[in-house]
Formats: sequence, C-alpha cells, structure tokens
Amino acid sequence: MSEVAWLSAAEQARKVRTREVSARELVHTYLDRIAALDGALGAYLLVDAEGALARADAVDAAIARGEDPGPLAGVPVAIKDVLVTEGMTTTAASRILAGWVPPYDGTAVARLRAAGAIVLGKLNCDEFAMGSSNENSAVKPCRNPWDLERVPGGSSGGSAAAVAAALCAASLGTDTGGSIRQPAALCGIVGVKPTYGRVSRWGAIAFASSLDQIGPMARTVEDAALLLETIAGVDPRDATSVDAPVPRYRDALGLGAAGLRIGVPREYFPDALDAEVRAAAERAIAALREAGARIVDVSLPHTRYALPTYYLLAPAEASSNLARYDGVRYGLREGGPAGKASLLDMYRQTRGAGFGAEVKRRIMIGTYALRAGYYDAYYKKAQQVRALIKRDFDEAFAAVDLVIAPTTPTPAFKLGEKSAPIDMYLADVFTLSCNLAGLPGVAVPAGLSSAGLPIGVQLLGRPLDEATALRAAAALERTVGLGRRPPHAP
Amino acid sequence: MTDLAPLLENWEPVIGLEVHVQLATASKAFSPSATEFGAPPNSLTDPVVLGLPGTLPTFNRHALELALRLGVATGSKIRARSRFARKHYFYPDLPKGYQISQYDEPLCEDGHVDFLVGGEPRRVRLIRIHLEEDAGKLTHAGATSLVDLNRAGVPLCEVVTGPEIYSADEAAEFMRALNLLVRYLDISEGDMEKGQMRCDANVSVRRRGEDRLGTRAELKNINSFRFVQKAIEHEIARQVRILESGGKIVQETRLWDAAAGQSFPLRSKEEANDYRYFPDPDLPPLTVDGPMMMAVQQSMPELPMAKIARFGRDHGLPIDDARHLAGDRALADWFEAAVRAHGDLKAAKAIANWLLSELLGALNRDGRSIADCPVPPGHLAALVKLVDAGTISGKQAKEVFADVYATGAAPDAVVEQKGLRQISDTGEIERIAAEVIAKNPKQVEQYRAGKESVLGFFVGQVLKASGGKANPQVTSDVVKKLLAGA
Repeated sequence: MSEVAWLSAAEQARKVRTREVSARELVHTYLDRIAALDGALGAYLLVDAEGALARADAVDAAIARGEDPGPLAGVPVAIKDVLVTEGMTTTAASRILAGWVPPYDGTAVARLRAAGAIVLGKLNCDEFAMGSSNENSAVKPCRNPWDLERVPGGSSGGSAAAVAAALCAASLGTDTGGSIRQPAALCGIVGVKPTYGRVSRWGAIAFASSLDQIGPMARTVEDAALLLETIAGVDPRDATSVDAPVPRYRDALGLGAAGLRIGVPREYFPDALDAEVRAAAERAIAALREAGARIVDVSLPHTRYALPTYYLLAPAEASSNLARYDGVRYGLREGGPAGKASLLDMYRQTRGAGFGAEVKRRIMIGTYALRAGYYDAYYKKAQQVRALIKRDFDEAFAAVDLVIAPTTPTPAFKLGEKSAPIDMYLADVFTLSCNLAGLPGVAVPAGLSSAGLPIGVQLLGRPLDEATALRAAAALERTVGLGRRPPHAP
Repeated sequence: MTDLAPLLENWEPVIGLEVHVQLATASKAFSPSATEFGAPPNSLTDPVVLGLPGTLPTFNRHALELALRLGVATGSKIRARSRFARKHYFYPDLPKGYQISQYDEPLCEDGHVDFLVGGEPRRVRLIRIHLEEDAGKLTHAGATSLVDLNRAGVPLCEVVTGPEIYSADEAAEFMRALNLLVRYLDISEGDMEKGQMRCDANVSVRRRGEDRLGTRAELKNINSFRFVQKAIEHEIARQVRILESGGKIVQETRLWDAAAGQSFPLRSKEEANDYRYFPDPDLPPLTVDGPMMMAVQQSMPELPMAKIARFGRDHGLPIDDARHLAGDRALADWFEAAVRAHGDLKAAKAIANWLLSELLGALNRDGRSIADCPVPPGHLAALVKLVDAGTISGKQAKEVFADVYATGAAPDAVVEQKGLRQISDTGEIERIAAEVIAKNPKQVEQYRAGKESVLGFFVGQVLKASGGKANPQVTSDVVKKLLAGA
C-alpha cells in the first residue's frame, strides 16, 4: 500500500504545499487503507469520506491559487469521539449519545482545521473516556495493530491504533488519567498529555473536568510537537485555559538531551515491575545518559496514593458531568412520551439503557463520594492528597528538569484479560499522578518486548514546559525508537 | 383572610426569607445568550445554556459588578475570593443536571437591610448573598410538560435572611424594602410578576417566651408582595392550629397555590434532595480586587433610608411624605429637581404636597408614571412661587395646574393668558370696597351694631365685583379698615 500514508504529518504537509502530492490523493490513500484494514482493527466509529474529500479539494484549490492553507495543509487527521465536531456525529462511544450531531466544533478541532488539516472521521474509545483498553466502547472493541488479540489501550484506543496502523497521519486524544499516554505506549506511538490548561477543553465531552486534557497522538515527536503548537493556547471559552505564550515546540527537538537533569523516581520501579518494562525503561535512561543528560534519583513519596485519590476525584466529577444525559434535550430517550411513564421513569430508563457498566460504576462511586456529610472525608480529603502529590513533583523539579518513568506496568494485554475493574484501574497506575499534578507528560516508544509488543516511557515536565519533555522524547526517538511497523498494518 | 390576632396571643412566628433577584445583565451568567422577558420560548439559548456536551461556562463579570452593589448597599462582608459550586438535582428545567451556584464560599456575608415598619426603623440581618444561575421554566399542559430555557442561565443573587422576621407584615415590608433597594441600585427591575424577584419563606412558630425555634416549613413559589403576606399568614395559622390541637409540625417543603389561597406539601425532609455540592472545576475562584470595590463604592447612589431621613431633616417633610417620595427613585429625583428649580428649601413641603396630591393624582388617573410626566419639575416650582407671591390664589392655582398638566405650558403663561393675575394692589381694592360699602348702608348698620359676620358679606361682594381677582386676604383687611373708619 501507498508509502505516502507512512510519511510524517510534517512531511505530508510539505509535499502538499509544494504540490508533490495533492491533499485529495492523501485523503484517498487513507480512505483506501481504512476500507482495507479497519474492519479488523475497529479504530473508526465514523468515516466522513465525502466531507474529507471536499475539504481536500478546497485545500488543493487554495494552493493552486497560491494561498497557504497552513502548517497542516492537507494532512488527514482523525479525532477521538469524545471531541465534538460540527455536523459530524459525536457519541463518546456511548449509546446515550447515539446519533447526536453537534452544532459546533471544539477549539482544538477548529484550530486543526484552521491550520489546513482534514478530518477523516471519529475514533473509537472507551465510553466517555472511561477505561484503559477500549473495551468499554458501547459500539465495538478496537484492536492493537501489533497483535489483533490484544487491546490498543485506552481510553484513546482508536486514536492510538489508527495512528500506529497509518489509518490517519495523526490524531487527537484526551487524557484524564493516562488515556493518551497509555494507548500510545501500547501501540508504539508518541502521545502528549499537555499541562492542564494548555489546550482548551471547549468541545471536549467532560469526564473529569479538573483532570481532562486534549493532546496529540502521532508517529513522530515532530508531528506531536507540530499538532500541539497548533491546538495549544488560551481560549476565552475555557476559563481554565492558561494565558501563556505557546512556543514553537519543533525548534527544541534537535537540541538533544545534553545538559538536561532527568530524575528517576524510585516509586515507579517497584520490585514487582514487569522485567521487560524495567529493561526498556533502563535502556531509555541509559540512552539519555549517553546523550549527555545527568540522571538523578528522585522520590515522589505520595505516588502510592495516586490511584485511590484519582478514583475518588475523577468519578466524583464524572457523576456531575454526566448528569446532563437525561433524555430531555438530546441523545437517547427511553420511557416514551409523557403520560406513559413518569419523569423519574424516563430518567431511570434512559440512563439505565444509555450508560454502560463502567460508566454506571463511576457515576455511583462519584455520587457516593459527594453525598452530604461525606464530602470532607472523600472529595475534600482526596483534593488534599492531590496537593501533596503535586508538592512531590514541585520538590523534585527543584533538582531536575524532567522525570522519566515507565508509561505502563506491562505491554498490551489481551482482550478480556482484565475482567476485574481494579485490575483495569492498575493499568493506569503510572500515568495518574501527571494528571493529578496538572503536569505535561510525553509518552514515547522505547523498544519492543520479546513478544514484539511496544513498550513506552514517559517524560514528565514542569507546568507549561512541554518543550523540554518533547526535546528529551526526540532524543529517545533517535536512539531507542521502534524502527519497525506493526505487523497488522502493511 | 384568617384573623391571626387570637392565634398570636400565645404563639410567636419566626420567619426567614430566601429571595432570588434576577440581575439585569444583557447576557446570561455563563454564556453569551441574551436575557429578555417575554421572548418566544427557547429563542434565548446557545450550546452552553442547552448544556450540550463539550460546552463550558465562562463567567459574565457584569453580574459580579451588580451583585457587589447589593453587597455594598447591605453592608455585607465581601470575599476577595469566592467560589462557584455545583448544586445537583434532576429536573427538566436544569439542562446540565446541576445549577452553578455558590455554597461554602459565597460572595457576601453578614449584611443587613434597613427599613421602616409602622414608621419605626427595623433591621433584618442577611446571612449571605450569593451568585447563581436561574433555571428554565416548565409549563404543564395536561399530560405533557413544556420546557422553556430562555430563563436558564440568567444571573441571580440569592439573598438569605436570618430567622428574625416576626410577622407576615414585616416579611412583606422586608420584601418591599429589598425590592426598592435593587431598583435604586439599578441591578434588577425587581418585577415579581415577571419572576425577576421571587421568594421562599421558612416559617415556624414557638410559644411566646420560648427561645428555641420550632420546626419549620419552607414555602415555595411566592410571586407577589401580596402573596408574601398571605402565604405566611396562612402558614402561621396552619402551624398554630396543628400545635394547639396537640399535633406536630413536619419539616417539609410546601408549595403556595395563590389561586387556592393554600399551600400543599411538596416533599418531606426525608425526601429532600442531596445536592452533592462541590466546587465547580470549570470555573476559577471569583476574585474581587481593590480597584473593583472602589469603583462599586463610588457608583453607589443614595439609598432609600438615607433619602427618607434627609427629606425629613433637610426638607422638613413628614415621614409618610418622605417615604412616599423615596419609594420611587424617579419620583424622588423629580421632587428634588423641582425643589432645586424653586431655589428655596422652605418651599419643599409645598412642592411635595402638590406633587403627591395633584400631580400624582393626575398621573394615576391617566395611568402614567412620573417618567412620562407632562409637567417639568420647573413648572411645579413656578406654580408654587406664584401662590407664595400671592399672584394667584390657591384655588386659581389648581385651575392653572390643570392647564399646565394638559398643555405643558409654563404656569406664568397660563396665568397671563387667562388673565388670572390676582389683584393685591390696596388702592385698587379700596376703590372697589368703597363702592360696595356705599351701596350697602343696611349691612354697614348691622356691622356697626356688632354683627361681625357681615364682614364676610362685604368681602364676598368685593371679590365678586373684582371678577374673582382680588386677593382675599388683602380684601378682608381693606374692608375691615374701611368699615372701622367710615
């Protein structure tokens, strides 16, 4: 199949702008690949062939007229289905939003389009971004292109699988507790969880508002940097977005790791850590040392509280954010017209039928945690622990520029393998702290396991210092990168 | 209406009010949709108001400014940093499944509202004033319910009083005072009929002399000043009757049905919502800085109570007149403009009398407000001057006023045009009086014989002979003098 699909987004944009390849050809290439490969993979929930081709023609026409459509000219991207897209069905992979067509674009999507990118379609994910394997999608599972028996990770599983299999040039995901970095690691691609507030959440269907961030997923660090530059920056429609200048992240990528002080937190390397994950992380650390970085032992003593803290805060916020799905204004309505069922029946039946088991579990946990009289013991206490976790990082960053850690405890696991919710929650044990502390985190591949599965490491930086994490990630990409394509994506 | 007096001999009512005041911002509290009363249903919405997935609230700082004016006017402590919290419940009028409100960190605390009850000053303490968004409106039509979200997201101030109002009259007076205050501050139109001001009342009764509060019932849906009084009186009577017959008050929420003149239980304490408050993570803390407070303080108008006091002290008005004038900021402004036009504070009382009786009478008759009064304040001042100078009589002045009101002409012009100028010239009146006396020797006899009432006859004849233009006082003096000397 066409090699142009495997080019980086940056390279594709260059070729489109110099008219070496038309946007239309690029879009066609990906549409053909989706038609051929996605049946087995299940990455897409919606493919907008007509819209994408029309937009491609507009890009080609603009270039023919001598205009510059932007730094992502003609680059075909795809969007996690928790991000709203104007005129394009958006469901958060939930039955409760089946068939909902948003009347507006979210800010990140609008900024990608404004930079010339073409949206191919919407990508599979865990329902409302709750999950670590994409198995909670109410529509269909998504599979890992490195091994179709295995999960792509989650919740941005479709976003990772589509990029890894070159079914799009790059994608957007969201990360609330690791949902960009964990699937990026399991599918062998680059994923960036930006600093909280770096990217506007306007148009991101809320899961846990104080933790959610939109970020890029790409096959190269450069592409991730390019997308992040495009979508980052303050937005008047998101009061939590940060008003700080957005650097040109790509400029720092060639600087290498020399002179960087990189912390290795001992809490992320427990005795029970998977041997191959440990070995990969150690290879990455060695590569950075080789490249001139100073490696420093650090401690993040409150790490072990991250999981329980997260599983109070995130469900509490989710129980609130998901209250709007009541069958009144949009989405699924069960319980029929008034007269046949009471209002309460309508709520019960709509929400009972519309939400999947994991979503219901988290709504119940969150509702419990916010009950009158329990707020102090749960939500408030969790916020206090969250502050301690953040303080751990503040103290570490007094001595180091970055922290490096494994992204996931194991490589990709098999579909159905983790049936107990707690086992699934543990898949995010290394990624949660970054969200709780509001820090930027970049997941980057660090080799393959003996079974040929990708293993990743993550670089966590100071608030708003995505640039340094991307710079170290680029150094790793050059040394311990995969150098191989997934077997199920020719 | 129930006669409460016998019931209140042994029982004391204790009332606390929660008043919602819609703030008159052009757009909603957290989105750009317009706010307007009476627009077609669901025409004032946007993705945020509809609670569409992916939307986020952004706070309209103008609502903060308006709330701060109320906070300053009520002497409240104002938090430099307050927080929005989510209040959860499921109902179709609430698109997000939660209302953005304030909970444990409200904008204002420990304020008070001053007002008069039966001419006596009264102060009711405010526990808090906080900002929140309004919900939509439901209309029940048989088996179906219709949702209108035009009102959803309109900014509100919720004003919560302490449990220290002790009668339905006081509650109604408090509501009137608060209503006047928000209109003075220009933060709300305060029209209860339009739902711009709404009231829930917590009512309990206790035996006189008892300190502990009784079990309370919360009355909802009170939407006029009259109903505040009626609903509370009804509730007091209901509770006293239950207690006197040995029953117990159940803590519950009751819905006031104005048409039926009764309240009905809505839900008991056990069925009460658990609102699951927590700080809204979509909204950063609400901060108020020094310059903002300064700007608000500088923009404060004179408040009603201060105005009433000043009208009494500086203008010499009786308290009822002062209250009447201060009860409408436009009316008070008109009054002061007239006093200024006159130039003498001593005329203020006469101006107030003319304004409150003649002018308001005419305006009421025509269904007009002071805002579209056809008489400029200067004209009323001029009219009062004409009377004070003796140019026209009080009776003539009423005639002149009618013309001024009807045509908008200046009083001097009307007096000229109608030839109403009063004769106060003694020589002219003496001439007429001498003629009258000469023509009536019989009456002169009677007067001299000691029948003083005949004086009135002479004065009347002189006035008649002058065509009603002679100054009655001057005429009386002249006639007396001539009769004494003749």
